[in-house]
Amino acid sequence: MPNFDYEAPTSLAEALELMARPGEVRALSGGTDIIDQLKNNRRNADLVVDMKRIPQLSLIETNGAGLRIGAAVSCTEVHKFTSESGGYPALTESTELVGSVHIQNRASVGGNVCNAAPSADTIPSLLIHEAIAHTASASGEREIPLIDFFAGPGQTVLEKGEILKEVVLPTPSENTASAYLRFIPRNEMDIAVAGVGSLVEVDPSTNVVKKARIALASVAPTPVRAYTAEEYLEGKEITPETINEAANIAVQSAVPITDVRGSAEYRKELVKVLTKRTLNICMERLA
Amino acid sequence: MTKKQIETTVNGVQHEILVDSTWTLLETLRDQLQLTGTKEGCSNGNCGACTVMVDGKSSCSCLVLAPEVDGREVTTVEGLADHGHLSPVQDAFVENSGLQCGFCTPGFMIAATALLNENPHPTENEIRLKLAGNLCRCTGYDKIVRSVQDAAERLSKT
Repeated sequence: MPNFDYEAPTSLAEALELMARPGEVRALSGGTDIIDQLKNNRRNADLVVDMKRIPQLSLIETNGAGLRIGAAVSCTEVHKFTSESGGYPALTESTELVGSVHIQNRASVGGNVCNAAPSADTIPSLLIHEAIAHTASASGEREIPLIDFFAGPGQTVLEKGEILKEVVLPTPSENTASAYLRFIPRNEMDIAVAGVGSLVEVDPSTNVVKKARIALASVAPTPVRAYTAEEYLEGKEITPETINEAANIAVQSAVPITDVRGSAEYRKELVKVLTKRTLNICMERLA
Repeated sequence: MTKKQIETTVNGVQHEILVDSTWTLLETLRDQLQLTGTKEGCSNGNCGACTVMVDGKSSCSCLVLAPEVDGREVTTVEGLADHGHLSPVQDAFVENSGLQCGFCTPGFMIAATALLNENPHPTENEIRLKLAGNLCRCTGYDKIVRSVQDAAERLSKT
Protein backbone atom coordinates (compact mmCIF):
# COMPACT_ATOMS: atom_id res chain seq x y z
CA MET A 1 0.00 0.00 0.00
CA PRO A 2 1.21 3.53 -0.66
CA ASN A 3 1.46 5.72 2.41
CA PHE A 4 -1.74 7.77 2.35
CA ASP A 5 -3.74 9.75 4.86
CA TYR A 6 -7.44 9.04 5.46
CA GLU A 7 -10.28 11.46 6.20
CA ALA A 8 -13.99 10.80 6.64
CA PRO A 9 -15.77 14.16 6.30
CA THR A 10 -19.38 14.48 7.40
CA SER A 11 -20.40 17.27 5.01
CA LEU A 12 -20.07 17.79 1.28
CA ALA A 13 -18.37 21.18 1.79
CA GLU A 14 -15.71 19.58 3.98
CA ALA A 15 -15.21 16.78 1.43
CA LEU A 16 -14.74 19.24 -1.45
CA GLU A 17 -12.19 21.20 0.58
CA LEU A 18 -10.24 17.94 1.16
CA MET A 19 -10.56 16.91 -2.51
CA ALA A 20 -9.01 20.25 -3.55
CA ARG A 21 -5.82 19.62 -1.55
CA PRO A 22 -2.61 19.23 -3.50
CA GLY A 23 -1.33 15.79 -4.42
CA GLU A 24 -3.23 12.67 -5.40
CA VAL A 25 -6.56 12.75 -3.57
CA ARG A 26 -8.91 9.78 -4.05
CA ALA A 27 -12.58 9.49 -3.19
CA LEU A 28 -13.59 6.22 -1.53
CA SER A 29 -17.09 4.90 -0.95
CA GLY A 30 -17.18 1.08 -1.02
CA GLY A 31 -13.44 0.83 -1.63
CA THR A 32 -13.78 -2.53 -3.39
CA ASP A 33 -11.95 -1.25 -6.47
CA ILE A 34 -9.77 1.52 -5.07
CA ILE A 35 -8.31 -0.42 -2.11
CA ASP A 36 -7.30 -3.27 -4.42
CA GLN A 37 -5.82 -0.78 -6.91
CA LEU A 38 -3.85 0.99 -4.16
CA LYS A 39 -2.50 -2.36 -2.90
CA ASN A 40 -1.33 -3.24 -6.39
CA ASN A 41 0.04 0.20 -7.28
CA ARG A 42 -2.47 0.55 -10.09
CA ARG A 43 -3.59 3.88 -8.63
CA ASN A 44 -1.78 6.09 -6.16
CA ALA A 45 -3.01 8.29 -3.32
CA ASP A 46 -1.67 10.82 -0.84
CA LEU A 47 -5.09 11.22 0.73
CA VAL A 48 -8.17 8.99 0.66
CA VAL A 49 -11.47 10.75 1.36
CA ASP A 50 -14.21 8.40 2.61
CA MET A 51 -17.59 9.66 1.36
CA LYS A 52 -19.80 7.31 3.39
CA ARG A 53 -20.35 9.63 6.33
CA ILE A 54 -21.85 12.41 4.19
CA PRO A 55 -25.63 11.98 4.56
CA GLN A 56 -26.39 13.55 1.16
CA LEU A 57 -24.21 11.02 -0.66
CA SER A 58 -25.76 8.06 1.16
CA LEU A 59 -29.31 8.93 0.12
CA ILE A 60 -31.44 7.10 -2.42
CA GLU A 61 -34.91 8.46 -3.17
CA THR A 62 -37.49 8.99 -5.86
CA ASN A 63 -38.82 12.49 -6.31
CA GLY A 64 -40.08 14.76 -9.09
CA ALA A 65 -36.76 14.48 -10.90
CA GLY A 66 -36.82 10.68 -10.90
CA LEU A 67 -34.51 8.33 -9.03
CA ARG A 68 -31.60 9.98 -7.20
CA ILE A 69 -28.79 7.68 -6.16
CA GLY A 70 -26.19 9.26 -3.88
CA ALA A 71 -22.69 8.35 -5.01
CA ALA A 72 -21.97 6.34 -1.85
CA VAL A 73 -25.13 4.19 -1.90
CA SER A 74 -24.21 0.49 -2.05
CA CYS A 75 -25.29 -1.90 -4.78
CA THR A 76 -27.23 -3.87 -2.14
CA GLU A 77 -29.22 -0.76 -1.19
CA VAL A 78 -29.87 0.21 -4.82
CA HIS A 79 -30.98 -3.35 -5.54
CA LYS A 80 -33.33 -3.38 -2.56
CA PHE A 81 -34.73 0.10 -3.24
CA THR A 82 -35.37 -0.42 -6.95
CA SER A 83 -36.79 -3.94 -6.36
CA GLU A 84 -39.43 -2.29 -4.18
CA SER A 85 -39.99 0.91 -6.16
CA GLY A 86 -39.93 -0.76 -9.60
CA GLY A 87 -39.36 1.22 -12.78
CA TYR A 88 -35.67 0.41 -13.33
CA PRO A 89 -35.52 -3.38 -13.77
CA ALA A 90 -32.20 -3.34 -15.65
CA LEU A 91 -30.58 -1.55 -12.71
CA THR A 92 -32.19 -3.93 -10.22
CA GLU A 93 -30.67 -6.80 -12.20
CA SER A 94 -27.22 -5.38 -12.67
CA THR A 95 -26.70 -4.30 -9.04
CA GLU A 96 -27.05 -7.98 -8.09
CA LEU A 97 -24.29 -8.99 -10.52
CA VAL A 98 -21.42 -6.84 -9.20
CA GLY A 99 -19.04 -9.28 -7.48
CA SER A 100 -20.33 -11.26 -4.50
CA VAL A 101 -22.87 -10.29 -1.85
CA HIS A 102 -19.93 -9.15 0.29
CA ILE A 103 -18.81 -6.83 -2.52
CA GLN A 104 -22.36 -5.59 -3.23
CA ASN A 105 -22.76 -4.70 0.46
CA ARG A 106 -19.83 -2.30 0.14
CA ALA A 107 -19.45 -1.33 -3.53
CA SER A 108 -21.45 1.71 -4.57
CA VAL A 109 -23.10 2.31 -7.94
CA GLY A 110 -21.32 5.70 -7.94
CA GLY A 111 -18.00 3.93 -7.46
CA ASN A 112 -18.78 1.50 -10.27
CA VAL A 113 -19.32 4.56 -12.48
CA CYS A 114 -16.17 6.40 -11.33
CA ASN A 115 -14.00 3.29 -11.66
CA ALA A 116 -15.06 3.44 -15.32
CA ALA A 117 -14.32 -0.17 -16.20
CA PRO A 118 -15.62 -0.90 -19.72
CA SER A 119 -17.08 -4.08 -18.20
CA ALA A 120 -18.90 -2.37 -15.31
CA ASP A 121 -22.25 -4.11 -14.94
CA THR A 122 -24.30 -1.18 -13.63
CA ILE A 123 -23.27 1.30 -16.34
CA PRO A 124 -25.31 0.00 -19.33
CA SER A 125 -28.40 -0.03 -17.07
CA LEU A 126 -27.75 3.59 -16.05
CA LEU A 127 -27.10 4.59 -19.67
CA ILE A 128 -30.35 3.13 -21.03
CA HIS A 129 -32.23 4.88 -18.24
CA GLU A 130 -30.58 8.13 -19.39
CA ALA A 131 -28.74 8.81 -16.15
CA ILE A 132 -27.24 12.23 -15.50
CA ALA A 133 -24.07 12.44 -13.41
CA HIS A 134 -24.20 15.31 -10.93
CA THR A 135 -20.70 16.33 -9.91
CA ALA A 136 -19.37 18.82 -7.38
CA SER A 137 -16.08 20.54 -6.74
CA ALA A 138 -14.95 23.57 -4.76
CA SER A 139 -15.49 25.66 -7.91
CA GLY A 140 -19.07 24.53 -8.60
CA GLU A 141 -21.36 21.79 -9.81
CA ARG A 142 -21.88 20.12 -13.20
CA GLU A 143 -24.54 17.90 -14.73
CA ILE A 144 -23.06 15.50 -17.26
CA PRO A 145 -25.08 13.01 -19.30
CA LEU A 146 -23.56 9.71 -18.22
CA ILE A 147 -22.65 8.73 -21.78
CA ASP A 148 -20.22 11.70 -21.80
CA PHE A 149 -18.70 10.77 -18.42
CA PHE A 150 -16.17 8.19 -19.64
CA ALA A 151 -12.83 9.04 -21.20
CA GLY A 152 -11.27 5.59 -21.55
CA PRO A 153 -10.68 2.42 -19.55
CA GLY A 154 -10.60 3.53 -15.90
CA GLN A 155 -10.76 7.20 -16.95
CA THR A 156 -13.57 9.72 -16.45
CA VAL A 157 -13.99 13.40 -17.25
CA LEU A 158 -13.87 14.28 -13.53
CA GLU A 159 -11.34 17.03 -12.94
CA LYS A 160 -8.92 17.42 -10.05
CA GLY A 161 -10.95 18.08 -6.90
CA GLU A 162 -14.24 17.07 -8.51
CA ILE A 163 -16.40 14.20 -7.23
CA LEU A 164 -19.50 12.41 -8.41
CA LYS A 165 -22.27 13.56 -6.07
CA GLU A 166 -25.18 11.53 -7.38
CA VAL A 167 -26.66 9.95 -10.48
CA VAL A 168 -30.20 10.93 -11.40
CA LEU A 169 -32.40 8.73 -13.57
CA PRO A 170 -35.55 10.34 -14.94
CA THR A 171 -38.87 8.62 -14.19
CA PRO A 172 -39.52 6.24 -17.10
CA SER A 173 -42.67 6.85 -19.15
CA GLU A 174 -45.47 4.34 -18.94
CA ASN A 175 -45.17 1.30 -21.20
CA THR A 176 -41.42 1.23 -20.72
CA ALA A 177 -39.40 -1.85 -19.83
CA SER A 178 -35.68 -2.51 -19.45
CA ALA A 179 -33.37 -5.48 -18.95
CA TYR A 180 -29.66 -6.20 -18.49
CA LEU A 181 -27.85 -9.42 -19.30
CA ARG A 182 -24.17 -10.24 -19.34
CA PHE A 183 -22.30 -13.32 -20.42
CA ILE A 184 -19.75 -14.94 -18.12
CA PRO A 185 -18.41 -18.49 -18.31
CA ARG A 186 -19.50 -19.20 -14.70
CA ASN A 187 -22.85 -18.66 -13.01
CA GLU A 188 -21.69 -15.73 -10.88
CA MET A 189 -18.67 -13.75 -9.61
CA ASP A 190 -17.00 -12.96 -12.91
CA ILE A 191 -16.28 -10.06 -15.24
CA ALA A 192 -18.58 -9.71 -18.23
CA VAL A 193 -17.23 -11.04 -21.52
CA ALA A 194 -19.95 -8.80 -22.91
CA GLY A 195 -23.00 -7.11 -21.37
CA VAL A 196 -26.08 -5.52 -22.92
CA GLY A 197 -28.77 -3.31 -21.43
CA SER A 198 -31.91 -2.56 -23.41
CA LEU A 199 -34.86 -0.28 -22.77
CA VAL A 200 -37.97 0.09 -24.94
CA GLU A 201 -41.02 2.25 -24.71
CA VAL A 202 -43.87 1.15 -26.97
CA ASP A 203 -47.27 2.47 -27.96
CA PRO A 204 -49.41 -0.33 -26.51
CA SER A 205 -52.13 0.00 -29.17
CA THR A 206 -49.76 -0.49 -32.12
CA ASN A 207 -46.62 -2.02 -30.57
CA VAL A 208 -44.65 0.72 -32.31
CA VAL A 209 -41.42 1.61 -30.52
CA LYS A 210 -41.45 5.19 -29.24
CA LYS A 211 -38.05 4.99 -27.60
CA ALA A 212 -35.25 2.46 -27.74
CA ARG A 213 -32.02 2.55 -25.74
CA ILE A 214 -29.32 -0.09 -26.04
CA ALA A 215 -25.99 0.07 -24.20
CA LEU A 216 -23.06 -2.31 -24.38
CA ALA A 217 -20.37 -3.28 -21.86
CA SER A 218 -16.95 -4.90 -22.38
CA VAL A 219 -16.87 -4.31 -26.14
CA ALA A 220 -15.16 -0.89 -26.39
CA PRO A 221 -12.71 1.25 -24.36
CA THR A 222 -15.74 2.75 -22.58
CA PRO A 223 -19.34 1.64 -22.16
CA VAL A 224 -21.15 2.58 -25.42
CA ARG A 225 -24.64 3.16 -26.76
CA ALA A 226 -25.76 1.27 -29.87
CA TYR A 227 -27.24 4.37 -31.49
CA THR A 228 -27.84 2.90 -34.96
CA ALA A 229 -29.78 -0.03 -33.52
CA GLU A 230 -31.82 2.37 -31.37
CA GLU A 231 -32.63 4.55 -34.40
CA TYR A 232 -33.54 1.49 -36.44
CA LEU A 233 -36.09 0.33 -33.83
CA GLU A 234 -37.73 3.68 -33.13
CA GLY A 235 -40.90 4.14 -35.18
CA LYS A 236 -41.06 0.46 -36.09
CA GLU A 237 -43.43 -2.15 -34.82
CA ILE A 238 -41.60 -4.46 -32.43
CA THR A 239 -41.67 -7.97 -33.87
CA PRO A 240 -39.29 -10.95 -33.81
CA GLU A 241 -37.97 -9.70 -37.17
CA THR A 242 -37.29 -6.11 -36.07
CA ILE A 243 -35.70 -7.40 -32.85
CA ASN A 244 -33.41 -9.67 -34.89
CA GLU A 245 -32.43 -6.84 -37.19
CA ALA A 246 -31.79 -4.46 -34.28
CA ALA A 247 -29.55 -7.12 -32.71
CA ASN A 248 -27.59 -7.45 -35.97
CA ILE A 249 -27.20 -3.66 -36.20
CA ALA A 250 -26.11 -3.33 -32.53
CA VAL A 251 -22.97 -5.29 -33.40
CA GLN A 252 -21.79 -2.30 -35.48
CA SER A 253 -21.40 -0.28 -32.25
CA ALA A 254 -19.08 -2.88 -30.72
CA VAL A 255 -15.33 -2.45 -31.22
CA PRO A 256 -14.06 -5.18 -28.90
CA ILE A 257 -10.57 -6.45 -28.32
CA THR A 258 -9.46 -10.04 -28.10
CA ASP A 259 -8.24 -10.89 -24.61
CA VAL A 260 -8.19 -13.71 -22.08
CA ARG A 261 -11.97 -13.45 -21.59
CA GLY A 262 -12.94 -13.82 -25.23
CA SER A 263 -12.09 -13.02 -28.82
CA ALA A 264 -13.37 -9.92 -30.59
CA GLU A 265 -15.51 -12.09 -32.89
CA TYR A 266 -17.01 -13.95 -29.95
CA ARG A 267 -17.84 -10.68 -28.18
CA LYS A 268 -19.59 -9.36 -31.30
CA GLU A 269 -21.66 -12.54 -31.48
CA LEU A 270 -22.52 -12.08 -27.80
CA VAL A 271 -23.69 -8.52 -28.46
CA LYS A 272 -26.09 -9.86 -31.07
CA VAL A 273 -27.43 -12.63 -28.84
CA LEU A 274 -27.70 -10.49 -25.67
CA THR A 275 -29.35 -7.59 -27.52
CA LYS A 276 -31.96 -9.97 -28.88
CA ARG A 277 -32.51 -11.56 -25.46
CA THR A 278 -32.76 -8.28 -23.57
CA LEU A 279 -35.23 -6.88 -26.13
CA ASN A 280 -37.28 -10.06 -25.80
CA ILE A 281 -37.26 -9.73 -22.01
CA CYS A 282 -38.44 -6.11 -22.39
CA MET A 283 -41.34 -7.33 -24.53
CA GLU A 284 -42.24 -10.00 -21.97
CA ARG A 285 -42.19 -7.34 -19.27
CA LEU A 286 -44.46 -5.09 -21.30
CA ALA A 287 -46.96 -7.86 -22.06
CA MET B 1 2.63 7.07 8.64
CA THR B 2 -0.60 8.69 9.69
CA LYS B 3 -2.17 7.19 12.76
CA LYS B 4 -5.86 7.36 13.60
CA GLN B 5 -7.49 6.65 16.93
CA ILE B 6 -10.63 4.60 16.32
CA GLU B 7 -13.33 3.15 18.54
CA THR B 8 -14.89 0.00 17.29
CA THR B 9 -16.92 -2.83 18.75
CA VAL B 10 -15.60 -6.24 17.79
CA ASN B 11 -17.67 -9.26 18.83
CA GLY B 12 -19.45 -7.12 21.41
CA VAL B 13 -16.25 -5.81 22.99
CA GLN B 14 -15.38 -2.16 22.58
CA HIS B 15 -11.83 -1.38 21.52
CA GLU B 16 -9.91 1.86 21.23
CA ILE B 17 -7.14 1.22 18.77
CA LEU B 18 -4.47 3.33 17.17
CA VAL B 19 -4.41 2.30 13.52
CA ASP B 20 -2.43 3.33 10.49
CA SER B 21 -4.54 4.92 7.73
CA THR B 22 -3.37 2.28 5.29
CA TRP B 23 -4.12 -0.81 7.38
CA THR B 24 -6.95 -3.01 6.28
CA LEU B 25 -9.55 -4.25 8.73
CA LEU B 26 -8.14 -7.74 8.13
CA GLU B 27 -4.65 -6.71 9.25
CA THR B 28 -6.08 -4.90 12.25
CA LEU B 29 -8.14 -7.87 13.38
CA ARG B 30 -5.30 -10.35 12.98
CA ASP B 31 -2.26 -8.31 13.98
CA GLN B 32 -3.63 -5.81 16.51
CA LEU B 33 -6.49 -7.71 18.11
CA GLN B 34 -5.00 -11.20 17.60
CA LEU B 35 -8.30 -12.41 16.16
CA THR B 36 -6.67 -14.82 13.75
CA GLY B 37 -9.85 -16.74 12.90
CA THR B 38 -10.34 -14.38 9.96
CA LYS B 39 -8.04 -15.56 7.17
CA GLU B 40 -6.19 -13.83 4.38
CA GLY B 41 -6.67 -15.56 1.03
CA CYS B 42 -6.59 -13.63 -2.21
CA SER B 43 -6.50 -10.11 -0.70
CA ASN B 44 -8.64 -8.73 -3.51
CA GLY B 45 -12.24 -9.65 -2.73
CA ASN B 46 -12.53 -12.83 -4.76
CA CYS B 47 -12.16 -15.64 -2.21
CA GLY B 48 -14.13 -14.57 0.87
CA ALA B 49 -11.71 -16.14 3.39
CA CYS B 50 -11.59 -12.79 5.20
CA THR B 51 -15.38 -12.30 5.40
CA VAL B 52 -16.60 -10.49 8.52
CA MET B 53 -19.78 -8.61 9.29
CA VAL B 54 -19.64 -4.83 9.54
CA ASP B 55 -22.87 -3.53 11.08
CA GLY B 56 -24.40 -6.89 10.22
CA LYS B 57 -23.42 -6.80 6.53
CA SER B 58 -20.97 -9.38 5.22
CA SER B 59 -17.85 -7.67 3.89
CA CYS B 60 -14.39 -8.69 2.70
CA SER B 61 -12.19 -7.33 5.49
CA CYS B 62 -9.22 -7.18 3.08
CA LEU B 63 -11.10 -4.43 1.21
CA VAL B 64 -12.02 -2.32 4.25
CA LEU B 65 -9.62 0.25 5.68
CA ALA B 66 -9.25 0.10 9.45
CA PRO B 67 -10.31 3.74 10.02
CA GLU B 68 -13.55 3.03 8.14
CA VAL B 69 -14.86 0.93 11.06
CA ASP B 70 -14.62 3.79 13.56
CA GLY B 71 -17.95 3.65 15.40
CA ARG B 72 -19.03 0.45 13.62
CA GLU B 73 -19.72 -3.05 14.91
CA VAL B 74 -17.60 -5.86 13.57
CA THR B 75 -18.38 -9.55 13.97
CA THR B 76 -15.73 -12.17 13.24
CA VAL B 77 -15.90 -15.95 13.47
CA GLU B 78 -14.74 -15.67 17.10
CA GLY B 79 -17.97 -13.79 17.82
CA LEU B 80 -20.37 -16.46 16.57
CA ALA B 81 -20.24 -18.71 19.63
CA ASP B 82 -22.15 -17.63 22.73
CA HIS B 83 -20.12 -18.14 25.93
CA GLY B 84 -18.43 -21.23 24.59
CA HIS B 85 -21.56 -22.68 22.95
CA LEU B 86 -21.24 -22.98 19.19
CA SER B 87 -23.85 -21.13 17.15
CA PRO B 88 -26.39 -23.18 15.15
CA VAL B 89 -24.38 -22.41 11.99
CA GLN B 90 -21.16 -23.65 13.59
CA ASP B 91 -22.87 -26.79 14.93
CA ALA B 92 -24.29 -27.51 11.48
CA PHE B 93 -20.85 -27.19 9.85
CA VAL B 94 -19.34 -29.56 12.43
CA GLU B 95 -22.06 -32.18 12.17
CA ASN B 96 -22.30 -32.10 8.37
CA SER B 97 -18.51 -32.07 7.91
CA GLY B 98 -18.85 -28.76 6.08
CA LEU B 99 -15.10 -28.36 5.97
CA GLN B 100 -11.96 -30.11 4.83
CA CYS B 101 -8.78 -28.11 5.46
CA GLY B 102 -10.79 -25.44 7.28
CA PHE B 103 -9.10 -22.35 5.87
CA CYS B 104 -12.23 -21.05 4.12
CA THR B 105 -14.54 -22.11 6.97
CA PRO B 106 -14.57 -18.90 9.07
CA GLY B 107 -15.53 -16.89 5.98
CA PHE B 108 -18.19 -19.41 5.00
CA MET B 109 -19.70 -19.43 8.49
CA ILE B 110 -19.87 -15.63 8.63
CA ALA B 111 -21.35 -15.53 5.11
CA ALA B 112 -23.87 -18.23 6.04
CA THR B 113 -24.82 -16.43 9.26
CA ALA B 114 -25.34 -13.15 7.36
CA LEU B 115 -27.38 -14.97 4.70
CA LEU B 116 -29.64 -16.68 7.25
CA ASN B 117 -30.14 -13.43 9.17
CA GLU B 118 -31.43 -11.90 5.94
CA ASN B 119 -33.21 -14.94 4.51
CA PRO B 120 -34.01 -17.65 7.11
CA HIS B 121 -35.25 -20.17 4.51
CA PRO B 122 -33.02 -19.97 1.43
CA THR B 123 -33.34 -22.48 -1.41
CA GLU B 124 -30.30 -24.49 -2.45
CA ASN B 125 -29.85 -22.19 -5.45
CA GLU B 126 -30.03 -19.12 -3.23
CA ILE B 127 -27.42 -20.60 -0.89
CA ARG B 128 -25.08 -21.34 -3.80
CA LEU B 129 -25.61 -17.86 -5.28
CA LYS B 130 -25.23 -15.94 -2.02
CA LEU B 131 -22.12 -17.91 -1.01
CA ALA B 132 -20.51 -17.53 -4.44
CA GLY B 133 -18.11 -15.00 -2.92
CA ASN B 134 -16.56 -17.71 -0.75
CA LEU B 135 -14.21 -20.17 -2.38
CA CYS B 136 -13.29 -23.59 -0.98
CA ARG B 137 -10.10 -24.81 -2.58
CA CYS B 138 -10.74 -28.32 -1.28
CA THR B 139 -14.03 -28.04 -3.25
CA GLY B 140 -16.25 -29.42 -0.52
CA TYR B 141 -19.16 -27.32 -1.67
CA ASP B 142 -21.94 -29.92 -1.37
CA LYS B 143 -21.28 -30.49 2.31
CA ILE B 144 -21.04 -26.75 2.88
CA VAL B 145 -24.42 -26.23 1.21
CA ARG B 146 -25.89 -29.07 3.29
CA SER B 147 -24.46 -27.45 6.42
CA VAL B 148 -26.22 -24.18 5.59
CA GLN B 149 -29.49 -26.00 4.88
CA ASP B 150 -29.17 -27.80 8.21
CA ALA B 151 -28.31 -24.53 9.97
CA ALA B 152 -31.50 -22.99 8.54
CA GLU B 153 -33.49 -25.87 10.02
CA ARG B 154 -31.77 -25.59 13.39
CA LEU B 155 -32.42 -21.85 13.49
CA SER B 156 -36.08 -22.29 12.60
CA LYS B 157 -36.47 -24.53 15.67
CA THR B 158 -34.89 -22.05 18.10
